[in-house]
Amino acid sequence: MNVLEINNVTKRFGNLVAVRDVSLSVAKGELCAIIGPNGAGKTTFFNLISGFFPPTSGAITFDGRDITRLSTHQRVTLGMARTFQITEIFPELTVFENVRIAAEVAGGYRLRPWINRSEQAQIHARVEETLKLVSLETKTDRLVGELAHGDQRAAEIAMALALKPHLLLLDEPTAGMGDQETYQITQLIRRLHRDSNYTIVLIEHDMRVVFHLADRICVLDQGNMLAQGTPQEIAANESVQAAYLGNAA
Amino acid sequence: MNAEQTRKAIVLAAIWTTLVLAPYWMVPLGGYTALATRVLVLGLAAMSVNFLLGFTGVLSFGHAAYFGLGAYGAGLTLKFLALSTPLALVAGTLLGGLCGAILGTLIVRRRGVYFAMVTIAFGQVFYYIAFQWSSLTGGDDGLRGFSRQPIDFGLFKLDILSSANNFYFFVLFCFALVVGAMGFILRSPFGRTMIAIRENERRSRFLGIPVERHIWIAFTLSCFFMGFAGALYALVNNFADPRGLHYSQSGDFVMMAVMGGMRSFWGPLLGAAVFVVLQDYLSSITVNWMSFVGLLFVLVVLFFPRGLLGFIQRSKA
Repeated sequence: MNVLEINNVTKRFGNLVAVRDVSLSVAKGELCAIIGPNGAGKTTFFNLISGFFPPTSGAITFDGRDITRLSTHQRVTLGMARTFQITEIFPELTVFENVRIAAEVAGGYRLRPWINRSEQAQIHARVEETLKLVSLETKTDRLVGELAHGDQRAAEIAMALALKPHLLLLDEPTAGMGDQETYQITQLIRRLHRDSNYTIVLIEHDMRVVFHLADRICVLDQGNMLAQGTPQEIAANESVQAAYLGNAA
Repeated sequence: MNAEQTRKAIVLAAIWTTLVLAPYWMVPLGGYTALATRVLVLGLAAMSVNFLLGFTGVLSFGHAAYFGLGAYGAGLTLKFLALSTPLALVAGTLLGGLCGAILGTLIVRRRGVYFAMVTIAFGQVFYYIAFQWSSLTGGDDGLRGFSRQPIDFGLFKLDILSSANNFYFFVLFCFALVVGAMGFILRSPFGRTMIAIRENERRSRFLGIPVERHIWIAFTLSCFFMGFAGALYALVNNFADPRGLHYSQSGDFVMMAVMGGMRSFWGPLLGAAVFVVLQDYLSSITVNWMSFVGLLFVLVVLFFPRGLLGFIQRSKA
C-alpha cells in the first residue's frame, strides 16, 4: 500500500501558481527525492504535504486516509514528521530535552501534568535509542544551540524519529554543510532507509546525495511535475539533464 | 544526588528559610510584617504572569484584570455572601480563572503585539465595569466594608485579622501551595510543551502539539493563579480597588517579572520584592517614586537582560 498519495494538487498564491496539478505516490519503505531549480515549488509542495497550508485544489491521502484539510499537528499525530531547510530546534534546551519533548508527545503524554517512573523510564529509553541512531549519544547534555550545524540537523532528525513516523519529510537535509557533514547526514539517511526501513521523501540540491540515496526521483519545474523515475531514468532524461543536473550527473 | 541537584536543594532551602523567617528579620531591618505579606502576594501575581511570559513565551499586558477580578470576587463574597476567608479565596480564584478561560479562547488566536493589545483591551473592559458599577463595586472609591475572617479549624480559630504574623504565615502557606502547583506543572510533560512553544512555535506544531490549545491552557492556569493572588490581595488590604484591574497594574507585574528575571522560576518574586520595598521606601520620600523604579528597570534591562536573578545565576555559572 502507498503511504502517501497526492492527487492533482494545485496551490495558488493570488495569480502565482506555485504548484500545478502535481500527483505523486510514495510506497512504504521507499525513498523519493524531489529535485528542481530554485523557485520550482519544492518547499511549497512539502508545505502542502505537511499541512502548513491547504491546497487550492486536489487531495492528499496518508495511510489510506484523506488528510487534505487536516492541520499540521493532526498530520503529525497520524505519523508524519518533518525537518526544515533552516533547522527548527529548541536551541536553549539540551539534545536530550529536545528529543524528550518529541518522545513524550508521541507517547500521548503532552497534556499530562505528571509522569510516573515507569513511563519516564520508557521515554528515557526511547530518547536514548533515538539519539544512538543519529550518533548523538555522547552529546545528550549539550545545548542544541551550541552544536555544530551537522549535529543540529541530526538532532532535528532525531526529534522527527522520536515521533515514530510512518513518513519522514526531509527538506534539504544537507543544506549549508561541508563535505564531511554532508557525508555523515547522507550515511544517516541511508541507514534510516536501508536498515530501519523508514519511508522518506526528501528535497535535495546536492545531486551526489540524491543519486546516492534515492529509489525514485521527481523533478519539479515552475510548479509542474516534469519527470518521475529511477535515478537511471532521470539521469538518462535529456531535458532534465540539460536543465537541472548540469555536469554533476 | 549530583552536584547540580544538591545546589538546587540548597538554594530552595535558603529561599524557603528566608521566607519563613521574614517576619523576624524584616522588622530589625526597618521593615514590617505587612510589607513581607505584600511582597508574597504581588510576587505570586508576578510569578503567575511569568508562568505565561517566561515559560510559554506569551506576553499578556492585561493580567491585572484577573488579579482584580480575584480581589473583587473575594471582597464581594465576604461582603455579601458569607463571612468565610476560604470561600472568599475560592470565589476570587474562580472568578479570575473562569473569566480568563472564556476570554482566553478569543485571545490565543493572536500572537505578539496583537496578543498583548487584545489582553489590554479585555482587561480595560473589566476596569470600566468596576469603575462604573458603583452600586456593586463601590466605583472609583473601591470596594470597602469587608474584612478577612478568622480561619476556623474546629478545635481552634486562627486569628489572621489582628495578628500580622499569623496572617503572614497564612499567606505564605497559600503561596507555597500555588507555587508548588506551578513548579509541579512546569516539570511535567505539559510544562515541557509550554517551554517548547516558547522556544520554537513552528517546531512545536510539527511535533504534533496543538499550539493554540496549549497556550490557552497555560493562559487559563495563569489566570487561576492570578485570581488567587488577587483574592489574597483583597484580604491583605480588606479592600478591592478598580486600579487593581487597570493595565498600568498589569505593566507593574510584567515589570516585576522582567526585572527579577523572566526565565527563572523565582525571578519574579525577587522583582516583586525590589519593586514593593522600593515603592514603600521611596513613596514616603517623594510622590515621584515611580520615576526611580522606572530608572532601575531601565538599568536592569540594559545591563542585566536576563533580570536580577538571571544575572546572579549566570555569574555563579
